[in-house]
Amino acid sequence: MTALANPSTQTQPILRACNVHKSYGNNEVLKGIDLEIAPSEVVAILGPSGSGKSTFLRCINRLEEINKGFIEVEGEQIGYTLRNGKLLALTNSQVAAQRSKMGMVFQAFNLYPHMTVLQNVIEAPIGVHGVKRAEAVRVATELIAKVGLSDKLNAYPRQLSGGQQQRVAIARALAVQPKILLFDEPTSALDPELVGEVLSTMRDLAKQGLTMVVVTHEIGFAREAADRVVFMDGGHVVEQGTPDQVLSNPQHPRTKAFLGRFL
Amino acid sequence: MTDAPHAIASPVTAPTAAPHRNGSDDALRDVAGAHLPIPKTKVLLWLVVLLFSCDFLFGVSQNPNFGWPVVADYFFSRTVLDGLIVTMSLAVVSMIIGVALGLPIAIGRMSSDPLARGLSGAFVWFFRGTPLLVQLILWYNLSILFPQISLSIPFGPTLAAWNSNDVITPLTAAIIGLALNEAAYMAEIIRGGLLSVERGQMETAEAFGMKRMRALRRIVIPQAMRTIVPPTGNQFISMIKATSLVSVIAMADLLYSVQSIYNRTFEVIPMLMVAVLWYLFITSVLSVFQSMIERYYARGDQQRVVFEKVETPAVTVETKEATQ
Ligand SMILES: Nc1ncnc2c1ncn2[C@@H]1O[C@H](COP(=O)(O)OP(=O)(O)O)[C@@H](O)[C@H]1O
Ligand SMILES: [Mg+2]
Repeated sequence: MTALANPSTQTQPILRACNVHKSYGNNEVLKGIDLEIAPSEVVAILGPSGSGKSTFLRCINRLEEINKGFIEVEGEQIGYTLRNGKLLALTNSQVAAQRSKMGMVFQAFNLYPHMTVLQNVIEAPIGVHGVKRAEAVRVATELIAKVGLSDKLNAYPRQLSGGQQQRVAIARALAVQPKILLFDEPTSALDPELVGEVLSTMRDLAKQGLTMVVVTHEIGFAREAADRVVFMDGGHVVEQGTPDQVLSNPQHPRTKAFLGRFL
Repeated sequence: MTDAPHAIASPVTAPTAAPHRNGSDDALRDVAGAHLPIPKTKVLLWLVVLLFSCDFLFGVSQNPNFGWPVVADYFFSRTVLDGLIVTMSLAVVSMIIGVALGLPIAIGRMSSDPLARGLSGAFVWFFRGTPLLVQLILWYNLSILFPQISLSIPFGPTLAAWNSNDVITPLTAAIIGLALNEAAYMAEIIRGGLLSVERGQMETAEAFGMKRMRALRRIVIPQAMRTIVPPTGNQFISMIKATSLVSVIAMADLLYSVQSIYNRTFEVIPMLMVAVLWYLFITSVLSVFQSMIERYYARGDQQRVVFEKVETPAVTVETKEATQ
C-alpha cells in the first residue's frame, strides 16, 4: 500500500494525463488536468456537479477530443502518434484499438437492451478481441457468477433491477480484461438500497489489484477502497492525496465546503 | 347506530381485516374471485355490427353484378398468375435493392462528412421529390437522353460502353425506377430508426473499442428495427400496388393482366375483383410476416411482459425499478 501511495517514482504509470484542456465552444470545462495513475491503483475522483469529472473520463477513452495537452495509457498516447517528430491523429479504427484496452461503467448502465446478460458480456470479447465463442462464454459465465448473477444469464436487462444491471455492466467491462477500468458515478442512478451491492462488487475488484478510476459521490467508498482521492472543482484538480488526507483533513477551502455537505 | 361502535368492535371480531368493516364477507371481497360485469352496450354493438356485416357480405355474394363464377374461372388462370408473379417479383426485388441502398444513404445523411451528407441528401431530394410515374418513363426512355452508357475515367479514356437500348428493357427500367424510388423512402425510414436509438448505445459500443460499422450492425440497427419495421411493411404494401404503374412501360403486372383480359371479355368488375382478392391475399400474408418480425425485434421488451405475468410480486417490483 505504501508503494501505491507514491506511484510515479516506482513504475511506469498506466495513465498519464498532462495539462489536459477541453472546451465545448467557449465553455472551458477542463482547465489543465495533470494526473498520473500507477498500476493497481484505485483513484476516486470527487467534486461538485459540473466540475468536469465525466468529461475527464470521456477524454481518457476519447469519447471526447481534448484541445490541449495529452493523455497516455501504458505509454501510448490516446488519439495521436508521434512519427518523425510530427504528431499525427490516429484513424478511427486505431482509436478503437486503443479504447479496447479500457473498460467503462456508465451512470445509466447502458446495457444493450436487445441482448441477454450473457450476450452483453461476450459481445466485446468476441467482436473486438477475437476471443473464441466457447472461451468467451466460459469467462463471461465466471464473471457473471462473480457479480452474483448466475441465475440471470439469459435474462434481458429490462428484467433486472438497477443494481443488477450495473453489476452486469461491471462484468461486461471486466470481460475485456481492461488495463484500466473507468467508472462514471456508477451508483448515482440507483435507489439507495441497491447502492450497497454495487459498491461491494467494486470493493472486491479494488482488492484484486485492478487499476480503477472511479468518479463517485460515495465518500464512504472513497475512504475504504481508494488508494488516492482526487478532488476536482471548476475544471481543475484542486487537491489530492490519501483518503485520510483529503477526506479527514482537507486543506483547500473548496474541498472543505464540498465535504461539509456530506457531514 | 353510528360508526363509532364498529370502529371499536372490528379489531376484536376480525383482527386482520381493515377497520370500519364487520368482516363477515371478507372472503367474498377477495378480488381474485371477482366477476366482470356483463358489458351490455358492447354486446349489443357487436350484434348490430355482425348483423350488418353478414347482411352486406351475403348481399355481395348473391349480387350477380360481381360475376363470382367468372372470378372463380379466372382466379388461377395462366395470365393472372403470370401477372401476379411479375408483381411479386418486381416488388420483392425492388424492395431488396431499395433497403440495400437506403441503409448506406441513411448512414450517409447522418455522417459528419459533408460530401456523404450532400450526395445522399441530393438522392433523397430528387427521388422523393418527383412522381414515380415520371421516373419510370424517364428510365424507360433513357436511350433518348443518353444513347450510350459508358464506363470511363472522368475527362479521360472510356473503359467500356453499352448501347442504352440493349441495357434498358421494360424489366430493367421497372426495377431501376421502383428500386431507386424505394431507396429514397427507405433511407428516411431507416434514418428515423437510427435516430430513435439512444445515443449512449453507440457511445458504449465505441467505448469498448467497437468500430463504427460493427457498432451499427450489432448494437444500433437491431434496436432501430423496432422503429423501422412497421413503416417498412407499409412501404412494401405500397410498393406492391405501385408496381401497377409499370404497365405504362409495357410490363404485364397483375393489374395489367386482368385489364388485358377484360379488354377482351368486357367482364370488367369480375376481373377487377380477381385483382382485388389477390392484392388482399398478398397484403394479409405480409402482415402476418410483419408481426412475426416485429415480435422478434421486441424481444428485450416482449419477455418483460411475459415475465411480469408469470413471476412473483418481488420480481415485478424489480422490473419497475429497472425502468427508472
Ligand atoms: N456535450 C457537451 N456539450 C456542451 N457542454 C457540455 C457537454 N458535456 C458536458 N458539458 C459541460 O461541461 C461541464 C462539465 O460537465 P461534466 O463533465 O458532465 O461534469 P461532472 O461530471 O463533474 O458533473 C458542464 O458545465 C456541462 O454543461
Ligand atoms: Mg458527471
